[in-house]
Amino acid sequence: MAEAARARPKPTPETQHFWDGTQAGELRLQRCDACAHVYFPPRPFCPSCACRKVTVFKASGKGKLYSYVINHRPAAPGFTPPYSIAVVELDEGPRMMSNIVDCPQTPEALELDMRLEVIFEKLDDKITLPKFRPAKG
Amino acid sequence: MRRNQVAVVGAAETTELGVIPTMSQIQLHADAALNAIADAGLKLSDIDGFATAVESPQQVCHYLGITPTWVDGTSVGGCSFMLHVRHAAAAIEAGLCKTVLITHAESGKSMIGKQPRSTPADSLNGQFEAPFGVYGPPSMFPIPVLRFMKTHGITHEQIAMVAVVQREWAAKNPRATMKEPITVADVLNSRMIAYPFRLLQCCLVTDGGGALILTSADRAKDFPTKPVYILGTGESVETPMVSQMETFNSSRAFKVAGPLAFKEAGIAHDDVDHLMVYDAFAHLPLYGLGDLGFVPYEETGRFIADGNTRPGGKLPLNTNGGGLSYMHSGMYGMYALQESVRQMRGIAPAQVANAKISVCHGVGGMFAASGTIIFTNEK
Repeated sequence: MAEAARARPKPTPETQHFWDGTQAGELRLQRCDACAHVYFPPRPFCPSCACRKVTVFKASGKGKLYSYVINHRPAAPGFTPPYSIAVVELDEGPRMMSNIVDCPQTPEALELDMRLEVIFEKLDDKITLPKFRPAKG
Repeated sequence: MRRNQVAVVGAAETTELGVIPTMSQIQLHADAALNAIADAGLKLSDIDGFATAVESPQQVCHYLGITPTWVDGTSVGGCSFMLHVRHAAAAIEAGLCKTVLITHAESGKSMIGKQPRSTPADSLNGQFEAPFGVYGPPSMFPIPVLRFMKTHGITHEQIAMVAVVQREWAAKNPRATMKEPITVADVLNSRMIAYPFRLLQCCLVTDGGGALILTSADRAKDFPTKPVYILGTGESVETPMVSQMETFNSSRAFKVAGPLAFKEAGIAHDDVDHLMVYDAFAHLPLYGLGDLGFVPYEETGRFIADGNTRPGGKLPLNTNGGGLSYMHSGMYGMYALQESVRQMRGIAPAQVANAKISVCHGVGGMFAASGTIIFTNEK
């Protein structure tokens, strides 16, 4: 049996701006023009007030560690255990799943509410993933 | 919905549970259905309403030879069967059908005639969760638990006790997969799966199935078994992406479905004699106790560690051994319902003496959906 391939996101018309952003080194979110609600994942309307007028903007890339697991088994194809699967709470409000990198994958090193900053990890010519590391300084 | 207008008059699991290499998934549906039909003293031709999840209703109906006038294929994960019970009760009351069969089966271990679950790369899960190394429920379902523990002051030892206490119940159940007693140390020293959860805090993976038959309460008294009435029901959904839950300190779907069922039933928490909370992983009973309002969140861990849910405790919980020790084919909700019905009939292997009200609470996906059914054996 062929080895399972690493999961790669396939953008849709509604999410293309996000994936274009990560390729350009930007974490892009959307803000409602009517109620100013900031949300994720991408969609062309506000999930808070249903307004269709929304603006894509570059987020700060800063956030904090909301929760996580350190996955040991089974490991996803393309990942070497143990590795963190985390939910990051962005300073702009929304939360997103990612991995915490550039630090030991241990409960001691991964403290809830620790400050994080985004980095961009190129998977291939089409896809760059947003990952997070402990904030410097 | 009005109380006690509909009753369970047939309930059965597959003849075997555990590893069943001799049956495909569709045959497990049929095995459970035929056992439930026999339990109710009915013929397949008496069934005019049908519900199932994952497998399509047309697949199972054709295999069994049923021609329904009411069909429900609600498929929201492991609590789908709680939702089927709620929908079936409404359909029977509305006169859309008279006798509903609900089936579940899953070749979860042997994987015979079962499609592997897959996440399309262009779905929201495929774009915003799968690329970060989630791989099956053990890597996803426990993601909220560290936040829940920090907010509410819950300890690793208290969550380990969930598995210990449920093994005590399983020891009383001849059909339970795991019956050997375990200690907190056993749990905390078992193989690491996804920190903070270890093997003994994760559900089993087995084959099996179950089926229920519902009809109106006025017909129920003519059946061979003691009727088990539907006293209250609730349901909701939140998000298929665990990362997008409103909060990890509770489950919105639980907090909608549970109180809805209590309100409909018109009961208080002190009235509850028996409780099932779908335990795919060891933190779910804590969410269930908190979200359904049995105890404040910060006391949920201590409540279990102090023995309140163990045999002889004041709130018997997951009395079949649960998904952690009884069985878990992938969609466990049907087995929780079966145990509530057994307790209400007075025939459970670990019977709670004089139990009159049972609350059965289910989860679908990773806190994605929820269904609550409150049963009683008194009309």
